[in-house]
Amino acid sequence: MTTPLLSVRDIEKRYGARIGCTGVGFDLYPGEVMGIVGESGSGKSTLLNCLAGHLTPDQGEVIYHDRQGVGRDTVTMSEPERRMLSRTDWAFVHQNPRDGLRMGVSAGGNVGERLMAVGHRHYGGIRSVATDWLGRVEIADDRIDDRPSSFSGGMQQRLQIARNLVTGPRLVFMDEPTGGLDVSVQARLLDLLRGLVRQMGLSVILVTHDLAVVRLLADRLMVMKSGHVVETGLTDQVLDDPQHAYTQLLVSSVLQA
Amino acid sequence: MIEIDNLSKSFTLHNQGGAEIPVMAGASLRVAAGECVALTGASGAGKSTLMRMIYGNYLCQSGSIIVGGVDIARAEPREILALRREVLGYVSQFLRVVPRVPTLDVVAEPLLIVGEDESRARERAAELLARLNIPERLWSLSPTTFSGGEQQRVNIARGFAHDYPALLLDEPTASLDAANREVVMSMIEAAKARGAAIIGIFHDEAARDRLCDRVVDVTRFVPGLA
Repeated sequence: MTTPLLSVRDIEKRYGARIGCTGVGFDLYPGEVMGIVGESGSGKSTLLNCLAGHLTPDQGEVIYHDRQGVGRDTVTMSEPERRMLSRTDWAFVHQNPRDGLRMGVSAGGNVGERLMAVGHRHYGGIRSVATDWLGRVEIADDRIDDRPSSFSGGMQQRLQIARNLVTGPRLVFMDEPTGGLDVSVQARLLDLLRGLVRQMGLSVILVTHDLAVVRLLADRLMVMKSGHVVETGLTDQVLDDPQHAYTQLLVSSVLQA
Repeated sequence: MIEIDNLSKSFTLHNQGGAEIPVMAGASLRVAAGECVALTGASGAGKSTLMRMIYGNYLCQSGSIIVGGVDIARAEPREILALRREVLGYVSQFLRVVPRVPTLDVVAEPLLIVGEDESRARERAAELLARLNIPERLWSLSPTTFSGGEQQRVNIARGFAHDYPALLLDEPTASLDAANREVVMSMIEAAKARGAAIIGIFHDEAARDRLCDRVVDVTRFVPGLA
């Protein structure tokens, strides 16, 4: 039996008296893509931020099994350790690429910076890896010295993905990665993400309100409402045979194109 | 290969007054390797529901569905996914793909995910598409814009790319012309010959008579009708 990459136990985050999320637990295995769906305010982003170490949960454990197979609770580890983890083993793709990119630095620089942060020093080597990654996310190599502010939204998002994946992370957190992009750009991004997830064997926790996105990308789903997980299961099973009243409502509310 | 015991299923419609609709009770069925079983029964009797339960797409209230040693009624999502990759294939009536992915890659994908070498996978995909008379000029295009019959054949090519020990076929010969229908029937016969356990829905009676060893009328699994 393989060990889970991430074991989450009884996570709770409150904002004063209000519940952000509560009683959340699951195991994520290597190579698994888990979607978290729910409406705005359901607690899915709060949960993602607790898991990724951007917010400190009020209770619970997030045990990450590192490359040596050692399990460590990321909630209680020191800030420098957690930062190291987020530069090496973890990646976070923000909904708004501006939150994940440095807008004043060139495209190549955005990718190279992640490499330098983990100790790469050879300029030529960094530039060639950056060029390779821009190609993998379908950005022409003559744009390497341009700033992301001159890129379209879809290109910015692809650049953010390159910046995140260049260091070969094992676990990627994604917050609405296709939100705010028009549909043709979304399809291209989804196709790209699917390919990268398979080639790199990535584990992904993906927050979205878009059921079509999870159907294409996620192996399994967690449905949240008012801070609680109301249903979990295989993605197509949850979408095609939803059990909870809220999931049934969510699925039946999707407009048919 | 496929062992179904005392399966029951009901749908609870929470947003329609909590109506509970029992659709299946006491369903039992065994399919051995190399055997093809047809599900019959009027529209709405539960043929597709049973197929979906076997594939793990629908949950069941009680009973067991054992395929290749895994009880799908109780398995974790990742166990079901592993089973779908290696053991259990499903040819549905509809093709569901990511837009933009070329047809050749759509067909090769099941082989790539079980670790087949890329060029061998593409070779096999090309062979299947040619056999199913999909013109080569279409292979580099996404099948999303293809005709219904073409999509159906791409779906069949994809479903037969990997040699699954167990196969679920939902109307595999519907909407095909005579020549392609013959190709698909010979593919199903070849799958039986290599030992695949097959459960299918065939409205095409001639196909059913030729391919199936047994017929199971799912009407007897409908609660209150048996």
